[in-house]
Amino acid sequence: MTRRVLLGNEAIGRGIVECGCAVVASYPGTPASEILEAVLTFSGETGHPIHTEWSVNEKVAYEVALAASYTGKRAAVSMKQVGLNAASDPFMRSAYLGVKGGFLVVSADDPGPHSSQTEQDSRFYAMFAKIPVLDPSSPREAKEMVVLAFALSEEYEIPVMLRPTTRICHARQAVPLLEPIRDARAARFEKDPRRWAATPGAVLHLHRRLTEKLARLAADDRLAPTLVPGDGTYPHTCIIGSGVAFAHTRDVLEELGLSGKIDLHQVRVPYPLATTFVNEVRPAYEHILVLEETYPVIEMQLADRMIAGRGSRLVPAEGELTPEIIRSVLVKFLGLTPTAPAAVSTQPGARPTLCAGCGHRAAFYAIRETFPRGIFPGDIGCYTLGVNLGAVDTCHCMGASIGQAAGFYHAYAQDGTDFPTIVATIGDSTFFHSGIPALMNAVAQGARFILVILDNHTTAMTGHQPTPALGRTASGQPSQPILIRDMVRASGVTFLRELDPYDMEAFTTCLKEADRHCRRAGGGVAVIIASHPCVLQDKAALAGTARTLCVTEDCTACRLCLDDLDCPAIGWDEEADRPRIDRVACTSCGVCVYVCPVRAIVPGPGSRA
Amino acid sequence: MRQRILISGRGGQGVLTLTRILAEAAAAAGHEIITSEAHGMAQRGAAVLSTVKVGAFHGPLISPGEAEVGLFLHAANLPVHGHYLRPDGTAFVNGMDMAGHAAVDATALASASGSPGSANLALLGYAAGKGGLFAGPACFEDAIRSVTSARHLGGNLAAFRAGVEASQ
Repeated sequence: MTRRVLLGNEAIGRGIVECGCAVVASYPGTPASEILEAVLTFSGETGHPIHTEWSVNEKVAYEVALAASYTGKRAAVSMKQVGLNAASDPFMRSAYLGVKGGFLVVSADDPGPHSSQTEQDSRFYAMFAKIPVLDPSSPREAKEMVVLAFALSEEYEIPVMLRPTTRICHARQAVPLLEPIRDARAARFEKDPRRWAATPGAVLHLHRRLTEKLARLAADDRLAPTLVPGDGTYPHTCIIGSGVAFAHTRDVLEELGLSGKIDLHQVRVPYPLATTFVNEVRPAYEHILVLEETYPVIEMQLADRMIAGRGSRLVPAEGELTPEIIRSVLVKFLGLTPTAPAAVSTQPGARPTLCAGCGHRAAFYAIRETFPRGIFPGDIGCYTLGVNLGAVDTCHCMGASIGQAAGFYHAYAQDGTDFPTIVATIGDSTFFHSGIPALMNAVAQGARFILVILDNHTTAMTGHQPTPALGRTASGQPSQPILIRDMVRASGVTFLRELDPYDMEAFTTCLKEADRHCRRAGGGVAVIIASHPCVLQDKAALAGTARTLCVTEDCTACRLCLDDLDCPAIGWDEEADRPRIDRVACTSCGVCVYVCPVRAIVPGPGSRA
Repeated sequence: MRQRILISGRGGQGVLTLTRILAEAAAAAGHEIITSEAHGMAQRGAAVLSTVKVGAFHGPLISPGEAEVGLFLHAANLPVHGHYLRPDGTAFVNGMDMAGHAAVDATALASASGSPGSANLALLGYAAGKGGLFAGPACFEDAIRSVTSARHLGGNLAAFRAGVEASQ
């Protein structure tokens, strides 16, 4: 059997291909983005054709994959945990109606959180929707669980969730590779309106069937927790772990010299928790510690006040269960002699910044300088980093910038006084994801604000997946481009300009013109598409052509370029006592040339590279 | 063989590439391997940390004070991530005159080798050449070949070899 070192997400993607899955849909988001990319890679490598798509958002992705399952084929949808919020409408009902072909829902959680607006626990969502959820403790196990999930889904005709966390998605491990199942089933949708179009009258019946399925799942021996037994050193005591917290607990027990000295249960299916386990574990032990991420899903099902865990606060109620936290919990739970406190970081690390040459920086700088008293609702993507430039005041969830801009306008406008300039910023991919309904709503409700669509022609934050505007699919096939300007016009917007924010003067003039439109009789929402390709994608084209920039003797060391522009290519030269431009990092975008009040930044003598 | 390695740098410096190379090299040498790496917002220039655990481990993260080896692509990250090292652990640092650490100007080595973006590989070459890692330079060269795209292979190998040479 061949083995290959795979990222957890690649292992999941490989598992999906090996299971003969026919349709896979997703919307990119950390930590889930690499799953669909791996499906594409392995589908090509194994010659197993799959319909893959970067859908416009998670709700649409869910509905596309779900209908494919209705035809009897295997289908999967993958997303990050907050993506499931967007997909929650079809998700909830799919539990009631069930599925035909195996249907896998991958919702990747981000305890910590590292790259998310919440650290919510998708296992609670599974419990809320009443669908089973599998919680892998390693990339290898994640792949095994994909196989189990498809089998369970078909056997019980129910969607099955796989819930990896960041530390599984972005862990690497050698994983066995198998040949994909050659699945010959043809699409056949069997009409059954009482099920697939169930009216409220039929829903109660479907709910009863769902409850029965869950009872059978809870009694299914294949899904019961497994035990690494102790040797009796700690009688009547056990630890119950799931996910990567279980894996880290094994390592920490070894560090403490306690491997094999205490009963350690692994829960692979946190919901529904095996009935026999629930009934037997409580009388069998006096002391139980539950270690799980991120909310107390297992702990609540054991519903026993004697249990130590997130609920009892022996385990912190929030955050990732890193080895050092698990260690301090075990010391308390087992009554061990506390060792010296673990060494800690003595400095915070560097914060993230927009890349040198990023078009968003030019747009944000112009917005803040033009409207120093403006209100700036922002959105989700690289451009959330506009907060470093003081040009992002809110960040909530995908598409919220536009809805919030309208809300700010209505709240200020009803006071009858002059309303502040409101500038919402949203990226191109996020605009397609959920900005369009909010824009239509804002226009229809008479809101007045400026919307700057930061169009870098890609989904940059998550690794450059295509947007609907690009005219190509996930697999690189040509498709009908859907232009942002067409969507803006169709939403009823009458003020629309499109320009490159690198042209700072023109962009600033355009912002002022947009503000006048918001304030004139009959005015409304003004939209500016700030269009500049992502420098990470265009770096190759830039190298060797642009000329370097340098700082001249005219510099007054006012630090404005350093402090207000947040550009990683500008540092401080202690010897010369003025800013220095990093020749490797600088892309010669020229925004600092415009920003410098004494014009002391000029093109340098040599070309880069 | 059991070795816990942390790789610390700034997003964009090639921490992920080093993580992949170490993972491939360990697997090729027949060791169990599990790693953890940072994706998403942190890749935009923030301090990032990867962990590599070679041997019979289960979880991907390293406890503070447990790493045998640290590869620091940015000297300013020492106070940020240095606490993961064991008291007897070795830090290989991209920098000059780092008291108590194995320091090498990997950025200058990479530039001199004609590949200014490959300081990560120069530091890896230095650490491997010093015998500080679970395998020697030859094993890592193979891993570099398997991980790097054709366009970057020449530059990466040149920087790696410059690092090995500087270690002798």
